[in-house]
Amino acid sequence: MFAAVSVRSFGDRANRRRIGNGAFWALLAVSFLFGSELGDVANGILVLALMVLGSSAMGLGSPKTTSVAEREASARVKGNSILTPALLIPAIAIVGTLTLGRLGIHGTPLADPKQVTLIALALGIVVALLVAVLRFRPPPLAPVEEGRRLCDAIGWAIILPQLLASLGAVFAISGVGAAVGHIAITWLPLGHPLAAVVAYCVGMALFTMVMGNAFAAFPVMTAAIGVPLIVHRFGGDPAIMGAVGMLAGYCGTLATPMAANYNIVPAALLELPDRNGVIRVQIPTAIPLLVCNIILMYLLVFRF
Amino acid sequence: MSLWPLLGIAVLVIGFAAGLNPLIVIVASALTTGLAAGLAPLHIIGALGKAFNDNRYVSIIWLILPVIGLLEREGLQERARIVIGQVQAATVGRLLIAYLALRQVTVAIGLTSLCGQAQTVRPLIAPMAEAAAEVKLGPISDRLRHLIRAYAASADNVGAFFGEDIFIAVSSILLIKGFLQQSGFDIPPLRLSLWAIPTALMAFAIHGVRLWRLDTRLKRLAAEKQP
Repeated sequence: MFAAVSVRSFGDRANRRRIGNGAFWALLAVSFLFGSELGDVANGILVLALMVLGSSAMGLGSPKTTSVAEREASARVKGNSILTPALLIPAIAIVGTLTLGRLGIHGTPLADPKQVTLIALALGIVVALLVAVLRFRPPPLAPVEEGRRLCDAIGWAIILPQLLASLGAVFAISGVGAAVGHIAITWLPLGHPLAAVVAYCVGMALFTMVMGNAFAAFPVMTAAIGVPLIVHRFGGDPAIMGAVGMLAGYCGTLATPMAANYNIVPAALLELPDRNGVIRVQIPTAIPLLVCNIILMYLLVFRF
Repeated sequence: MSLWPLLGIAVLVIGFAAGLNPLIVIVASALTTGLAAGLAPLHIIGALGKAFNDNRYVSIIWLILPVIGLLEREGLQERARIVIGQVQAATVGRLLIAYLALRQVTVAIGLTSLCGQAQTVRPLIAPMAEAAAEVKLGPISDRLRHLIRAYAASADNVGAFFGEDIFIAVSSILLIKGFLQQSGFDIPPLRLSLWAIPTALMAFAIHGVRLWRLDTRLKRLAAEKQP
């Protein structure tokens, strides 16, 4: 798909930066098709090239699409049948999630059990595309052109989630988590149960904001503050601490550009001019919710 | 213990605050962190490349773009608007509260990919919310339109985050269980899920009240625009 987008981008004479766009999508296609055959360093260089192209050399293409008036007319004529393929995707994704894990040939599962949801989703997408093409009979290049329209709208943000996961890997091998945990326990006054609960919850939220992911923060904060202080010293319940602590981390996820999948990509997908637009409306929910989590943990964790 | 790798976090914060392109900020942060930890540059680039490659599966969702694009070409968003225009009781707030509840409940029973930013918000929920505003307030400015879209995205996120831990087989519950097990506590996942419920209810209450008040706020903003 990215390869097709790339070819059409190179040919788009209306875009002054068509070489940049074309090269970016081409490299991404290479990564998806041959990433496993390339060595680690070659993949790393590919990442650097994507960064350079993505940050400086891309513009908006001008793929062929329909006008607003044509769409309104089409919406009236075709009625709710337009909604069918869009609803087909989640329907197939659910059925697939529930069944794919159990299907197998001679005991070998057809799909990797860990990736069942994603595989089912991809299957739903392919079926929906087929249904849409058969039903509406668009010009043959339309799926590519429409895909390119949305790809260009998202632009470089498309690789952000993957790049952030890579940063997490570098953080992990460099010992960033241990250093943050070290600061938390040496610098904070944690003599009182409430202080420990506040430090743990706020620490989860802040560390999640930095890492973009509560999963990275949880082991560090729980090993540094949760288990030694809340559980061992003050006698708190580990289940409540873990469950509420993770959700305190999610309050941080609502408020950080590092959680690109949830905050930056949707802003691009919805074509918002402000890439922090989604975060801005989420922060007023995140802060009171974090306070609620602290109160909740303090009231419950020492009681059960 | 070496604290130098924390320099990478400083690079991140400064880079984002200065509004530089996130791709550059992230790569710069990775290089700083790695160098501060005493890794060789090629080793860092290799680690970046390996992780980028291993995480390709997170990008499967982009396969959806041609489908959504094709349906939009046929008038998907316009159709969503017509449908919502027929529901008299629909307002932006009520619609998004309903979506928040739907998202939270479906995720809580394990149907994570039923809804999502690419699957439902962009093609269906955001245009419906915009249409609901247009029915009640007349033509709306771009600023209001973008605000409504941002709220639509936020309803999806809040619902997904604070619903998923109620489902026992989700990866975060398994992570909590696994880590506590290493620390010597054997805890059934069901107990963790149970204790995720109070926060889930509060998340719904807080975000729900904000969405509910969004209607009044939109009315006020629209009135300011056309006195």
